[in-house]
Amino acid sequence: MHVLAIDTSTPVVTAGIVELTTDAVRVTATSTVSRTRAHAELLGPEVRELLRRAPAGIAAIVCGVGPGAFTGLRVGMVTAAALGHALEVPVYPVCTLDAIAALAGPGPFLVATDARRKELYWAVYGADGTRVAGPDVGAPDMVRAVAAEHGITRILGDGVLDGEVLACDPLGLVHAAEDAVRANTEPAALTPLYLRRPDAKEPAGRKRVSR
Amino acid sequence: MIILGIESSCDETGVGIAELGADGSVRLLADQVASSVGQHARFGGVVPEIASRAHLEAMRPTMDRALAESGLALSDVDAFAVTRGPGLAGALMVGVGAAKAYALALGKPCYGVNHLAGHVAADTLQHGSLPSPCLALLVSGGHTQLLLVEDLAGKITELGSTIDDAAGEAYDKVARLLELPYPGGPPIDKLAAEGDPEAIAFPRGMTGPRDARHDFSFSGLKTAVARWVERAEAAGETVPVADVAASFQEAVADVLTMKAVRAAEEYGIGTLLISGGVAANSRISGLAAQRCAAAGIELRVPRPRLCTDNGAMIAALGAALVHAGVAPTAMEFGADPAMPVELISL
Ligand SMILES: [Zn+2]
Repeated sequence: MHVLAIDTSTPVVTAGIVELTTDAVRVTATSTVSRTRAHAELLGPEVRELLRRAPAGIAAIVCGVGPGAFTGLRVGMVTAAALGHALEVPVYPVCTLDAIAALAGPGPFLVATDARRKELYWAVYGADGTRVAGPDVGAPDMVRAVAAEHGITRILGDGVLDGEVLACDPLGLVHAAEDAVRANTEPAALTPLYLRRPDAKEPAGRKRVSR
Repeated sequence: MIILGIESSCDETGVGIAELGADGSVRLLADQVASSVGQHARFGGVVPEIASRAHLEAMRPTMDRALAESGLALSDVDAFAVTRGPGLAGALMVGVGAAKAYALALGKPCYGVNHLAGHVAADTLQHGSLPSPCLALLVSGGHTQLLLVEDLAGKITELGSTIDDAAGEAYDKVARLLELPYPGGPPIDKLAAEGDPEAIAFPRGMTGPRDARHDFSFSGLKTAVARWVERAEAAGETVPVADVAASFQEAVADVLTMKAVRAAEEYGIGTLLISGGVAANSRISGLAAQRCAAAGIELRVPRPRLCTDNGAMIAALGAALVHAGVAPTAMEFGADPAMPVELISL
């Protein structure tokens, strides 16, 4: 069966078709387009091209739900939701850090990515690769402290903490949701992991205009 | 032909469905809106990130409700239309992403359209096709525009717009000043009914002999109201809020309708259309009716539900484009927060 994987929680538009056979997972078609802030423009044509390369259709969609600091995160999510609705296939949410962890081999390790504003998104994974802490957002020193607390020396992600560089890709996304996809279970709610409240200030008292 | 329209330029997630007849007539089949206005109230204005988050949450439920209302399935839709701009970038992206995905999954065309032209198109759902030319006055929290509409699907020209605050924005700011709830339009309108519109002579912005003829300005008016209230408070007087509201509303209505009717006369246009959230204001529509009647101009104001932001107006504009044989938008389009009104679709 073919699965469409989408993630737009980073500056990169990540999309691909992944084939799940009885005993393997392999990428049939993948496209990773790096152009910051162009998710709304690029994702549609990319998905159309990918769907063309899966003529028998797709059985499911796997969608990265962040954490992500870009407005583009919502483009991937709304696209996945609409495609799932129109094509009548389930859409499985995956924490983007889990997708990175899924390809990292045995743990323990900490995955960290750029959250902008001098902060990082992070999650800690145990020896068997399952998430044991996070996802959360914090300053680099705090994240290093979390790693030390868990006795972790292996750090990976987009290079923000000078660790191994490993990106979210279609294979990782599908790996992270593989059990649910294979079992065709009811997907969890497609809810974004913002981890921050919206920037908004309540207005202070009235400003005087008279001098 | 069934056209489904999606709107997400500000704080309303809208999905509308319209049927386009062979003669170009449009019939409204569904109009569903989810609003995040309540979440913005304590901030005194729309917070873009809150609006964007709400759009993502509301998109699917609103779509489901619209389909249920129309009794149609997604596969019955022949074309999609979506607001591409102008509006809030992050908010627009949600609607654009959804519309493109639906269109490509179903193999149907998608039109990326102009929100302002959508406000004009809304009226065709209630009063039928527009005469050519017609003049449109768009007034809302986000826009104040005077448009010359020669062809809804082909030629719209902006004659004038606000140089500072939108009319609805002025209402919100004055409402805050008078400690009335947000959005400010309805409470000021209600309070004004009990006040004297001639109690205070607030300035009429941009009406001097050297001011741009078709442009508007409401920032000076807002400041004048604030000054007046501060002066009254400093003098220990009780602020006559109903009179302030009525006099402020009179100044807004006076300028808007005077300029609209004058432009219609100057361009020899027989029909004035008023749309946008502020069109529902009783004094603005009332004074417009009076002045249009005196000038022999036909006034068209869609019902309030069609005046505010919604997906139905986008479906109606999409229908006009389909009927005119305009080519759909290529799949590569994105949101255009500053889309000029002259660009009706891409
Ligand atoms: Zn509007």
